[in-house]
Amino acid sequence: MAMLNFERKYRIRGGTLVGGDLFDFWVGPFYVGFFGLTAAFFAIAGTLLLVYGAAIGPTWNLWQISIAPPDLKYGLGPAPLHEGGLWQLVTICALGAFTSWALREVEICRKLGMGFHVPVAFGSAILAYATLEVVRPVLLGGWGHAFPYGIYSHLDWVSNIAYQYLHFHYNPAHMVAVTFFFTTVLALALHGSLVLSALNPPKGEVVKGAEHENTFFRDNIGYSIGTLGIHRFGLLLAVNAGVWSAICIVVSGPFWTSSWTDWWAWWLELPIWN
Amino acid sequence: MRNIIRNCVATLVALGLLHGCGERPPIKTEQLGYRGTGMEQNINPRIMAKLVAANQVGPVQPAADGSGPLASEIYQNVQVLKDLSVGEFTRVMLSMVDWVAPADQKNCTYCHNNENYADGSKYQYQVARRMLQMTRDINSNWKPHVAATGVTCHTCHRGQPVPPYVWYVDPGSGRENAFVGTRAGQNSAVTGLGITTIGHSSLPYDPYTPFLLGSEGIRVEGPTALPTGNRKSIQQAEWTYALMVHMSKSLGVNCTYCHNTRAWASWEQSRPQRTTAWYGIRMARALNNQYLVPLTDVFPQHRLGPTGDVAKINCQTCHQGAFKPYYGASMAKDYPELQGAKPMPVAAPADGAAADAAAAAAPAAAPAAAPAQAAAPMASTAGRARSGAAG
Repeated sequence: MAMLNFERKYRIRGGTLVGGDLFDFWVGPFYVGFFGLTAAFFAIAGTLLLVYGAAIGPTWNLWQISIAPPDLKYGLGPAPLHEGGLWQLVTICALGAFTSWALREVEICRKLGMGFHVPVAFGSAILAYATLEVVRPVLLGGWGHAFPYGIYSHLDWVSNIAYQYLHFHYNPAHMVAVTFFFTTVLALALHGSLVLSALNPPKGEVVKGAEHENTFFRDNIGYSIGTLGIHRFGLLLAVNAGVWSAICIVVSGPFWTSSWTDWWAWWLELPIWN
Repeated sequence: MRNIIRNCVATLVALGLLHGCGERPPIKTEQLGYRGTGMEQNINPRIMAKLVAANQVGPVQPAADGSGPLASEIYQNVQVLKDLSVGEFTRVMLSMVDWVAPADQKNCTYCHNNENYADGSKYQYQVARRMLQMTRDINSNWKPHVAATGVTCHTCHRGQPVPPYVWYVDPGSGRENAFVGTRAGQNSAVTGLGITTIGHSSLPYDPYTPFLLGSEGIRVEGPTALPTGNRKSIQQAEWTYALMVHMSKSLGVNCTYCHNTRAWASWEQSRPQRTTAWYGIRMARALNNQYLVPLTDVFPQHRLGPTGDVAKINCQTCHQGAFKPYYGASMAKDYPELQGAKPMPVAAPADGAAADAAAAAAPAAAPAAAPAQAAAPMASTAGRARSGAAG
């Protein structure tokens, strides 16, 4: 693959965490590294296991293929391959792939002398996944509490898990997580549209810069968070969305078995009106 | 330093949140469906231990001799338990003292006139007679709901003259139709009866009146993925949701105890428990209309609700937080006297019995007709018509 003339200057040796120089090379535009190899291995192995699971399953309908976790009777032990063992292997592969990818990002950051903001942000998504598939099942004592790998089946799982607590919209951490998700989208839409509007002036006008962008929001809402600030803010919102998702599911079950509506009794019992 | 303080604050907030939940592992779970479907019951063993302790069967009198003369031949004014021997009859009476009479009056005179036990002037006497008919009706005609487990007076009363869980029509707090439009019975933390709403939610707080007294349609979900003529509103769904949360909390179970929530209406994907619950709704409705509402004028004013209505039953009245009352332990099996009437050795006199027989026939018809309803995916109209007939 062709390389842009300035790219070569950023292909810096070193910064690896594992393997030294051995895997310190590029394939086309992609940095490989030890974790690139492990990421590829886990991703391919996991995908092939999913295909195998589909092959021994009842359907090839893409929407309905489902690789389900073991029955609760297996607890936290290994299950037979066709009764959830496959799910266990896929989960190991998934966590292996996600973690490898994050560590590969760390190596690239080290090469470039950058902060670790990207792998940390990705880490919040891994945290949410690991909480759903590992932490919560371990706290509840069975892999069977994890969600199945299937397009429809994991949605059905979400529905039933939510209704285990009668009304999940009353889960306070779920409220916070949902709010962070929506606010992330709102902030990205505002930021994206602002940048595009500055870069796409009417015919005959010059391209505008940061001061015009700041002025737009000062005129509009009295305050502009600034060009660096919006990215800090976006990171804060997005990481919180992932983290609060993890919190809202890990408290459901291990730390609360009743209806989430009842959690709000403390509000009704406040001495102000009670 | 700032970071350390920040981390400490964050940790404290996180611990505070968890503490606010008030529960902790280990949690016991029970799988109810195919693996990975999320059909599970979560049971906190510490909370369950308290619930089990609160749901122990009541006192059982030693078995009585079924031979000997009939109570109706010895005593005057015996209208319901005519088929019992004197021994059996006395056993039921003593049990009712244990089960129903208030703690400060554990004797026969809570219901009976001490001068003349055949005198039916006390309201407690009249109510007790009707409740005995109801108990026998439940045990013989509502087996699809109570099965062989059956019920006794204690199932609801638990040693109190008024069962601990009954309901009255809720008059509302008077603030429902405030500044912005109607709240449709929602969004009140405390209702006109001074009680918190169902599960502390903002759902309609009185789903009993339309569904367990009236026979409004409960099913709101359309049978197709896209809207093809289903005119049920979100508001109606909220009423149904309130009834369902009431059922969940009464039984101490979550929605997946009966439903696979991917398809609420589908009987094929539901657990068999949903069928039992279906009969339970019809049973509560029928008993309220046949036995309790007609007693309205018998009760003194202080036993009635704020709108002058009689105390009525819902799921909580019997279940009291257990998926089966007493977690499935049967008191009724020790009380053959409270099953349906035994065949009489002599022809029964006709007075009053005909009316009772008619009342008993109606619920018998409802369970018999139900499987057809169960098979129909969306038969709320038919359900309404039949329930109207039963009520």
